[in-house]
Amino acid sequence: MSFAKMTVSGLAIVAMSATVAAARDQVQVAGSSTVLPYASIVAEAFGENFDFPTPVVESGGSSAGLKRFCEGVGENTIDIANASRKIKDSEIEACAAAGVTDIIEVRIGYDGIVFASDINGNVFAFTPVQWYKALSDKVVVDGELVANPYNTWAEVDSSLPDQPIQAFIPGTKHGTREVFEDNVILAGCEESGDFEVIKAANGDDKKAAEKACISLRTDGKSVDIDGDYTETLARIESNRDGIGVFGLAFYENNTDKLQVATMSGIEPTTETISTGEYPVSRPLFFYVKKAHIGVIPGLKEYAEFFVADEVAGPDGPLAEYGLVADPELATTQEAVANEETMGSNS
Amino acid sequence: MTDLTNSPAAGVPRPKHGTLLTQDARTAKRNAAEKRFQMYGMIAIGIGLLMLLVLVFTIVRNGAGAFQQTFITLDVQLLEDKLDKNGNRDIEEISKVSTFGYSPLISQALEDKIASANVQTELSGKQLGDILSKSAAATLRDFVLQNPELIGTSVSFEFLASSRVDGYLKGRVTRDSIANDKNISVEQLDVVDQLVESGSIKKTFNLSFITGADASDQRPESAGIGVAMVGSLFMMLVVLALALPIGVAASIYLEEFAPKNWITDIIEVNISNLAAVPSIVFGILGLAVFINYMHLPMSAPLVGGLVLTLMTLPTIIISTRASLKAVPPSIRDAALGVGASKMQSVFHHVLPLAAPGILTGTIIGLAQALGETAPLLLIGMVGFIASNAPDSVASGLLSPNSAMPAQIYEWAKRADPAFYERAWGGIIILLLFLITMNTVAVILRRRFERRW
Repeated sequence: MSFAKMTVSGLAIVAMSATVAAARDQVQVAGSSTVLPYASIVAEAFGENFDFPTPVVESGGSSAGLKRFCEGVGENTIDIANASRKIKDSEIEACAAAGVTDIIEVRIGYDGIVFASDINGNVFAFTPVQWYKALSDKVVVDGELVANPYNTWAEVDSSLPDQPIQAFIPGTKHGTREVFEDNVILAGCEESGDFEVIKAANGDDKKAAEKACISLRTDGKSVDIDGDYTETLARIESNRDGIGVFGLAFYENNTDKLQVATMSGIEPTTETISTGEYPVSRPLFFYVKKAHIGVIPGLKEYAEFFVADEVAGPDGPLAEYGLVADPELATTQEAVANEETMGSNS
Repeated sequence: MTDLTNSPAAGVPRPKHGTLLTQDARTAKRNAAEKRFQMYGMIAIGIGLLMLLVLVFTIVRNGAGAFQQTFITLDVQLLEDKLDKNGNRDIEEISKVSTFGYSPLISQALEDKIASANVQTELSGKQLGDILSKSAAATLRDFVLQNPELIGTSVSFEFLASSRVDGYLKGRVTRDSIANDKNISVEQLDVVDQLVESGSIKKTFNLSFITGADASDQRPESAGIGVAMVGSLFMMLVVLALALPIGVAASIYLEEFAPKNWITDIIEVNISNLAAVPSIVFGILGLAVFINYMHLPMSAPLVGGLVLTLMTLPTIIISTRASLKAVPPSIRDAALGVGASKMQSVFHHVLPLAAPGILTGTIIGLAQALGETAPLLLIGMVGFIASNAPDSVASGLLSPNSAMPAQIYEWAKRADPAFYERAWGGIIILLLFLITMNTVAVILRRRFERRW
C-alpha cells in the first residue's frame, strides 16, 4: 500500500544520503564566543573570495570548543577550535589520548576586557585591588582573614561611588573568566598585600594561596554569566547597579547603552591595548587539526586567510571590528604556511 | 410541612423556598456565585487576550523595521585596468580580483555622487565609505563575475547602507546615542541627511531579508533569513517523509492488529512518556547516534530532520490512534461482514475516515518541530552558517544549514543592535508560518472530519 511504499522510500532516502555523506567539503569551526564575530567575518570574506564553501562557525565557549576539538580525528569532528585563551596542558593530553597529536596554534591578535556599566549610571575608575576586594570570597581586614564584608563600592574604596556591588562576570566555561581571574583578581590580591597573608594562612603553599585569592564570593554580589555578552548586557539593563565584564568589540558596538570604566587610570582602546598600557587584555587563538589539512578542502587556505595582512592586519576588517592587531603577525603567517605544530619549534 | 404551621405570618403563608418570581437568600447567593465565577472566567480570558495583544504588538513594533532597508544609489565605473588588467574578459582572471580590489571603485563612486549632489562635507575616503555597507564590494564583485561584459562601462547600483545609517533613518540611532560610537559620526549623518534630500538614499522594501543568507557581525544590514528558511523546509520534508508513514503504520498496528497484552501495554505507556520528554534529550541522542555513530555530517538538515522526527513521532502516533479510535466499530463490522479482510477493512474504510484527524495531528506535530531550537544546538545547526541557498535536494539535505528558530536565537545574541531588529523580524516570519500551518489544520478538521 501507499503508506508502506512511503515508509520504504523514506528509509531509502536516509540510507542513500548516509552513503553520500562520506565527504565533508566545508570547514567546521567551534569555540569561543569572543572569537566568533571575528571568525564569522573571516568566514564570510573567505566564502566570497574563494571557491570553497563558507565555513561553519559555532560558538559555545573556549573550553567547550576545545573539548569538541579533542574528540578525535575524522570528518565528524571539528577542524578548528577558537579560543580566547591558550590551550591547557590537560587539554593537549586529552587531545593526544583521542589521537589528535598535531595541533597548529594560531594567534590572531589581542582583545581587551573592559568593565562597563549603564550609560546613565555612575562613572567608575577601577584598579585591580578594588575588584579583588569587592569580589573575593575572603579578604584581609586589619590583618585578619575574614569573609568579604563589603556591600557597596564606596566601602571598598572611598574614591568609588556609593553604589551596591553587583558584578556580572563570565562563567567558568569562558576563556574571558581566566583572564579576569589572573589579570584582575589575582593581580589585585598580590598588589593589596593580601596575598602574603593568605599564603601564610595556607602554610606557604603558593598554588593554594592563588586559588584562595580567585575564589569569588557566592552571596549573589558576583554573578556568573554562562551565556554571551548580550546576556550580560540584558542583566545590566534590568539592574542599573550592575557592572559587567565585556570584550572591547562588544562594548564598542553598544556605546549607546554602556559606559566603560578605566582600569588603573587607562581607558581601554585598541591603542592602549596594543601598547600594553591597558592591563586587562588577552591573546586570541585558534587551533587547527593538522591531520585534517588536505582532507577537508579549504582548511589551510582559511587559516592562512585569517592571519593575512589584509584581514588581521592593523587596517583589516578585524581590527575595525575591535581586534587589536598582533605586531608579530608575520611570524604567525609563516608558521601557518609551514604548518608548524605545537611543540615542534618551541 | 411543619413550617406552614409554625409560620409567624398570618394570612397567606410565605413559602420558605423561593418561587420563580422572588428569590430567597440562598438562591440569590448561588446566582451571585455563578455570576462571580463567570466574571473570573472573563477576567482570565481578558488577561490572556491582553498578553497576546502585548506580545503581538511588541513583535510587530520591534520586527517591522527588518522588512525595510536603506539603500544608496551610486553610479560605479567598472574600470577595466582595475578589474581585468589583460582585457581578455577571462572569468578566471577576473575572479582573482578579491573584494578588496573593488572597494576603491565604490569609494570613488561615492565621492562622485557627493560632488554631483553638492553635498557640503569635510569628510573623505574611508570616513565617507563607512556610510556604505561592508557588503557593497561583495555585491559588486558578484555582479561583475556574472556580467563580465559590462566591465569598462558605468553601472547604476543600489548598495546597502551601513546598519548605523539604516538605524538613523529608522529612528533607532539618534544623534545623541552615537556620542561614543566609533562606527559613525555626526558629520557622516550630515552627509546622509543631504543625500536623503537629493534622493540618493532611500528606504525600500527589504526582499533580501526574506530570501538572503546570514551575514557576519560586521554587516547586519545584509543578513537575511531565506537560507535558514530553506533549511527548515528540508528538515520538515525529512520529518514528513519519516514521521508520517512510521507513525501511521505504528498506530494502525497497535490499534487494529496488535493483541492486547503486557507488551503492547508497555509500548503504549512508553509512547505517552516519550511525548513528554524534553526536546534537548532528543538532541543529545541525535548527536550520539546520527553524528558520532552513523557519521552523518554535522550541521546538516538531514540530521536535524531525523532528530525532529524522533521528537514528533509520539505526537503523531497519539493523535493517529485517537482518530482511529473515533471511527465506530460498526464500520469495521460492516466491512468484515461483507467479506473484506481485516487489512481491506482498515485501508478501505477506517483509514480514509480517520485521515482528516491524522493529517491535523501531523500538521500540528510539524508546526511544533518547526519552532524547535534546543535539539538543533547540539547537532551544530546554531552558529554562523552563511552558506548559499542549496542548489539540489542532496545538498539541501547534507550541506550545513541553519533553521529559522536557530537563526533567530543566533541573531538575538549578537553584539550589534541591528541584529536584534532582525531577530524580531525573523519571529514575525516564523509566526506567519506557524499560523498558516495551524489554520490549515483547523480547516482540514472543519471540512472533512466526520462525527458519529
